Amino acid sequence: MYDIIIIGAGITGTMLARDLSAYRLKVALIDKENDIANGTTMANSAIVHTGYDPKEGTLKAKLNVTGARRYEQICRDLGCKYKVVGAYIAACGEDEEEHLKILEENAVKRGIPYEYLSGDEARREEEHLSDNVTRVLNFPTTAVIYPWEVAIACAEVAVKNGTDLFLNEEVASIDKKENGYTVHTSSHDFETRMVINAAGVFTEKIAAMVTDDPGFHITPRRGEYYVLDQDARYVNHIIFPVPTPVKGKGVLAVPTVYGNTLIGPNSDFVEDLDDNGTSDEGLAYVRNNIGKTMKDVPLYRSIRTFAGLRPTSDRHDFVIEEAKGAPAFVNAASIESPGLASAPGVSQYIIEQFVKKYFDLQENPDAVMSREAPVILSELDEEARNELIRKNPLYGRIICRCEQVSEGEIVDCIRRVCGARSVKGVKKRVRPGMGRCQGGFCEPLVLEILSRELHIKPTEVVLDSVKSGILESENR
Amino acid sequence: MKNYQAIIIGGGSAGLSAAVTLKKNGIEDIVILEKDCEPGGILEQCIHNGFGLQTFKEQLSGPAYAERYVRMAEEAGVLIKLNTMVTKMTADRIVEYVNPEEGTVKISGDAIILAVGCYERARGAINILGTRPAGVYTAGQAQRYLNIEGYLVGRRVFILGSGDIGLIMARRMTLEGAKVLGVAEIMPYSNGLPRNIKQCLEDFDIPLYLSHTVTKTFGKDRLERIELSEVDENRRPVPGTEQYFDVDTLLLSVGLIPENHLADEAGIVMNRITRGPVVDDTYMTSVPGIFACGNGLHVHDLVDFVSLQAARAAEGAAGYLKDRKDRGRIQKVNPGENVSYTVPACVHPEDVRGNVEFFFRVRKPMDEAVLEITSGDKVIRTMKKKKLMPSEMERAILTAKEIEGLSEDVTIAVKEVLS
Repeated sequence: MYDIIIIGAGITGTMLARDLSAYRLKVALIDKENDIANGTTMANSAIVHTGYDPKEGTLKAKLNVTGARRYEQICRDLGCKYKVVGAYIAACGEDEEEHLKILEENAVKRGIPYEYLSGDEARREEEHLSDNVTRVLNFPTTAVIYPWEVAIACAEVAVKNGTDLFLNEEVASIDKKENGYTVHTSSHDFETRMVINAAGVFTEKIAAMVTDDPGFHITPRRGEYYVLDQDARYVNHIIFPVPTPVKGKGVLAVPTVYGNTLIGPNSDFVEDLDDNGTSDEGLAYVRNNIGKTMKDVPLYRSIRTFAGLRPTSDRHDFVIEEAKGAPAFVNAASIESPGLASAPGVSQYIIEQFVKKYFDLQENPDAVMSREAPVILSELDEEARNELIRKNPLYGRIICRCEQVSEGEIVDCIRRVCGARSVKGVKKRVRPGMGRCQGGFCEPLVLEILSRELHIKPTEVVLDSVKSGILESENR
Repeated sequence: MKNYQAIIIGGGSAGLSAAVTLKKNGIEDIVILEKDCEPGGILEQCIHNGFGLQTFKEQLSGPAYAERYVRMAEEAGVLIKLNTMVTKMTADRIVEYVNPEEGTVKISGDAIILAVGCYERARGAINILGTRPAGVYTAGQAQRYLNIEGYLVGRRVFILGSGDIGLIMARRMTLEGAKVLGVAEIMPYSNGLPRNIKQCLEDFDIPLYLSHTVTKTFGKDRLERIELSEVDENRRPVPGTEQYFDVDTLLLSVGLIPENHLADEAGIVMNRITRGPVVDDTYMTSVPGIFACGNGLHVHDLVDFVSLQAARAAEGAAGYLKDRKDRGRIQKVNPGENVSYTVPACVHPEDVRGNVEFFFRVRKPMDEAVLEITSGDKVIRTMKKKKLMPSEMERAILTAKEIEGLSEDVTIAVKEVLS
């Protein structure tokens, strides 16, 4: 019997799992995918918004601010990247400059640092900013992260503190019991007192298993992006157009943690909850609209395009509440942008509002909320690197030439708690395949290492899901 | 910091040839830095025949061709560091490498020869829409899995791009029992060598769809289906021409790009068309003492030319090591009508070291044409040419005498003769 089952191992579910692991509770984290952070958390703009954007009085506004304030410390504790880059909201003309004042008001109320720059001042910092930009509101504390890295690290801490992680467990049905719920998955029946539904675009589907009226309706909005080569060195700050109610935050240019540039997203409603394929119209929208704030966009340096789904609902705010007629069944739904930035706030809110209502929380004295950061060879100085290579020569064998990742780092990420089980899992954790050759050279080597470390045949190594085999058959 | 007379980055066909030539020219203190666990580079996975016709006057497999150069290098006593990845190179010719035995090490070279090879353009660089499942590979990746590791990547295959690796893999996978449903080429003509079209597609009844491209992929876990569309003269898909193929594998053979990161970081001037460094008649880049050759300079059609050019780069480096005088005035050699680039890109009329051979590619297929080399208004030479293809490298020579007489830049053009 579990105290709490969290459905969904995205940033919301994993952040909550980590926070809950500080207490004496029996918690399980379950996900239908073959890895942590494989849904919305895997495909978004990767920004820790400071909280100037959401409308006053919304849950989004409140939790964005509290979430963002916790982030830097959390990333430090988890050994995760947290890169403060600053966000430029770029206004073109008087009407848009007027709109900046609303954001400024929000920032003043919420205690968020900001400064104004003239168009020319901003262009001195950002040479590719469009000549049409007349004024810029800069939020200098805005940061970028690797969202999946944080989620994986949170899960690792939670699991080390006693949380049970179940992957490849799709929830089939949920039975309401006298004092809790039975969650039926493909291979388990989990008994639990409380359920937290953090299933992203699938939250409505899960909620409908216990209530006739979930109280919200999810229609995912797809966002598509280009990823540019690191050598393009295109932007230093995140560049936003002035937000509009219709198209959200607009098409951005985002410098990523490792120096790539994201150009996107569009925002199109889709019916299919699994439809994260890129589309002609979507990428065309990105191409046609980035020119509003930027010039000389080097899309010819694109190394990848991708799409992600935002779990947008008809409530236009985060929906964090107990399901109707289902006590201790909490929906954490409609966690669209700024859901990543808000995750630490959402987690605390769920604990304060709902977990404490059902449980008398006792701190777990053995809980360790931090973890040792993974070794990143390319970031060490020569002496430290050579020390490592002397102890373990695998650190001296570079597998991924684009990102300069060694065999030692790949082995580490497989052996770690919540370690990689797939080629994409390795890519998410230590980056081989993220670079300009997109795994052309290193994928066969990564596959070989996975096969060796997991004691499986090469034909059993998967790209991502358990059914995504890479090699069809042995040839001789 | 240890210093070498010459550091060669890359131990494939270019690097080995450069090393052997350096030794022949009396440059003894050299080292090859090779990332793989054996020398030979990409040749090791090219087990088909057809290498070496120019160099050895016989048909060899890729590994056999590499083996000859490895043996020559061994006999010449070339030091090769294996499992050694170069992580940095600076314009003052300091190279940082890492390997399991030595860790991170910095060395300097009086000369450096870049023989770094190329990489395959991946899916992200071309516009294929849809899901991103397993089952999409570059042709070279599938070749490695099959020829080095011994695994077939799929059973029902479509190939995008008629580059030579794609064509070779169409035949190879068919022979291993896979069904290749077709090869699509976005251009109205093939990008592979004519002999490969014949021997790899026509002989196996594999259809070639010219002016077509793959526009979409389907499948959540593993590839299930692709969408093929016709393209217009601007290479844009034409709506309404979609066809679907149920396949578990898509191979991409859509172009090779010189591995130019090290050169770029060192501030070497790059050619926007080849995407490799710009070099002079001795294969020296814009940074004195750094030379470039092989597919890391520009992508070749035949390995024989790689070996040949690498030898010339090594001669250039040997000359530089013996005498670093200022070579005087530069005359550029520019691509003219129907020519996409020329390598080398300039000559030194005040310091002529012999005839200079130029490698170039035409922009479009032409049945009959006239090659015209001009300098200012003066026509240096014209030559009739037949059956020109962008996939095949063309060559033209300027004699020492012609170079000595140059006072203006040179243009190499190919004028089509319409019958």
